[in-house]
Amino acid sequence: MSTPELKAQGAVPAAETGISHAPRRTSGVVMALSQLALGLAILLMWQGASGRLVDNFFISNPIDVAARLYHWTADGSIFMHIVATVYATAMGFIIGSVGGALLGVWLGVSPFASRLLSPYLNALNALPKVALAPLFVLWFGLGIESKIALAAVLVLFLVFLNTFAGVREVDQDLIDGARLMRATRAQVILKVIIPSAMSWVFTGLKIAMPYALIGAVLGEMIAANRGLGYLVQFSGSQFDTAGVFAVLFVIALLAVALNYAVDAMQGRIERWRIVSR
Amino acid sequence: MIRIENLSKSFYKGNTAVDAVRDMNLAIARHEIVAVIGPSGCGKSTLLNMIAGLYTPTRGRIVYKNAPVSDVNTDVGYMTQKDNLLPWRSVRDNVAFPLELAGVAKVERSRRADEVIRHVGLQGFEERYPNELSGGMRKRACLGRMLLYGAETVLLDEPFAALDAQLKLAMHDLMLRLVGENRQTVVLVTHDLMEAVTLADRVLVCTRRPATIALEQRIDLARPRDVLNVRFTNAFKEHYDALWDRLRLEYQEDRV
Repeated sequence: MSTPELKAQGAVPAAETGISHAPRRTSGVVMALSQLALGLAILLMWQGASGRLVDNFFISNPIDVAARLYHWTADGSIFMHIVATVYATAMGFIIGSVGGALLGVWLGVSPFASRLLSPYLNALNALPKVALAPLFVLWFGLGIESKIALAAVLVLFLVFLNTFAGVREVDQDLIDGARLMRATRAQVILKVIIPSAMSWVFTGLKIAMPYALIGAVLGEMIAANRGLGYLVQFSGSQFDTAGVFAVLFVIALLAVALNYAVDAMQGRIERWRIVSR
Repeated sequence: MIRIENLSKSFYKGNTAVDAVRDMNLAIARHEIVAVIGPSGCGKSTLLNMIAGLYTPTRGRIVYKNAPVSDVNTDVGYMTQKDNLLPWRSVRDNVAFPLELAGVAKVERSRRADEVIRHVGLQGFEERYPNELSGGMRKRACLGRMLLYGAETVLLDEPFAALDAQLKLAMHDLMLRLVGENRQTVVLVTHDLMEAVTLADRVLVCTRRPATIALEQRIDLARPRDVLNVRFTNAFKEHYDALWDRLRLEYQEDRV
C-alpha cells in the first residue's frame, strides 16, 4: 500500500487541509519508502516463518504465491476471472447506485411515500442480504446475473440510506429561495436538492464500493464457474494455500483501484468543496 | 401594493402557543421603502416570511396587489439574513440562477449576469465559489441575483447586519441606487435605527413579541439621499430621537 490508498479513507486528506499536526511532517518520499520497507519486512517474516514455525500447508509462502501469480498471468487464465468479477462488481455497483439514489431522492421528497414504506424498508435493510443469494440463483441462474443482483442489492441499500439522509438535510432556505424565484418542483429537485445531497450520495457510494465487490465475490463463491470468488473457493477446495493467497492479493488490489476511481469522480464533481480549502 | 389585515401568527411548541405576530395592520404603497424596526426575535422575520408566502398566517391575511397571498409569492425578491447562495455554484451561476430557472439561454444569461456583477462591484470574482468570498461580497452577490430576478417588491431581512460600518454604508448607497433605478417597493427589517432612518420613507416600530406596530413615522428626508451625510442633518436627528424614544421602551421592559 502507498499513500493514495490510505488517503482515500478520510473525507479531507490532511495534506490538502494545510493543517499539520506534527511539528515536522514526514515527507512523502520518506513515508513511501517506510511503507515499502514495512511491506518487505512482513513478506520476509512470512517467508521465514513458513515451514519453520508454521507448516507451509497452512500459510504457504510469498515466493510460492508470487510464482502462482506469475503463472496465472503468463498463461492468461487469471484475466478471465478478473474480468468476470470486475464486470459483476461494476454492473452491480451501477445498478445499485442508480436504484438507491433514485429511491433516496424520491422518498426524500415525498413524506407520504417514505412514511408508508418505512417499516418495510427497515425490515429489508435489517435482512442479511447474503441470505438472498439462493433466491437470486433460482431467479437468475448460475451465470453472472445472479452475482450482479447480489452486488446490486448490497449497494442499493447503502446508497439509498445515504441519499435519503442527504435529501432530508438540504437547507430549507435554499429551497425556499429557489421557489421564490419561480422554480418548478422539478427544478427544485434537479438544481437544489440533488446537488446539495451530492456529498451524501458520494459518502454512500464510497461505503458501497467495497460491498459491490463483496457481493460479486460472494456470489461467485456460492455458485459459479469463473470469477475471483470461484477461484478462491476452488483453490481452497484443492488445499492450494498459495492459490488462495494469490487470489486474495488480486482482490485487494482490485478493491483499492475501485475506491480510487470513486474518489477521483467525487473530486471532479465537487470541485467547489475542495477549491477553497 | 401590500395590505396586511389583522395579521396574527402563532407557533406551536407541543401544546404551548408562542405568538410571533398579533393583530397587525399595515398598508404599503407601490415604490415605497418601509423599514420595520424592533428588538431581536420580535417576529419581524416572521412577517417577511408571511409576505413571501412561506408561512401561512394563523389569523388575518396578506393582500398583495388585490389578491390574498396563499402560496409562495413569486413577485417578491427575498434577501434573507443568512445569504442563501448555492454553495456549489460560482458567483456567475448563482447570479444567473433566476434566469436559468426561467429558461434563458446560457450565453444570454451569462452576459446579463456579468453586467449585474459589474454593477454590484464583483467583477473579477465571477468564477469564484461563495465560500471563497467575504460576507460582504456574498451579500453583494445576493443583491445582484435579486436585481437580475427583477422582482417588483424586495424583502430585506437584516441584510447588512453582519457587515462592518464602512461596508454597510457602501451597501446602503448601492441599495438605494439600485432600488431607485428599478423602481422597486421595499420592506426592510432591521434592528439598526440609523439604517432604518437613512433608507426608509416610513419607519414602523414593533413591540416585543408578539409583534404589533407601536409607532409609525414618515421620514420626509429628500431623495436621492447621501447615506454618508444625511445622518448629520437636524431633520435626521429629530426623526431618530422620536423613534428612539418609543423603541427604548421595548428594550427597557426587557431589563426589569
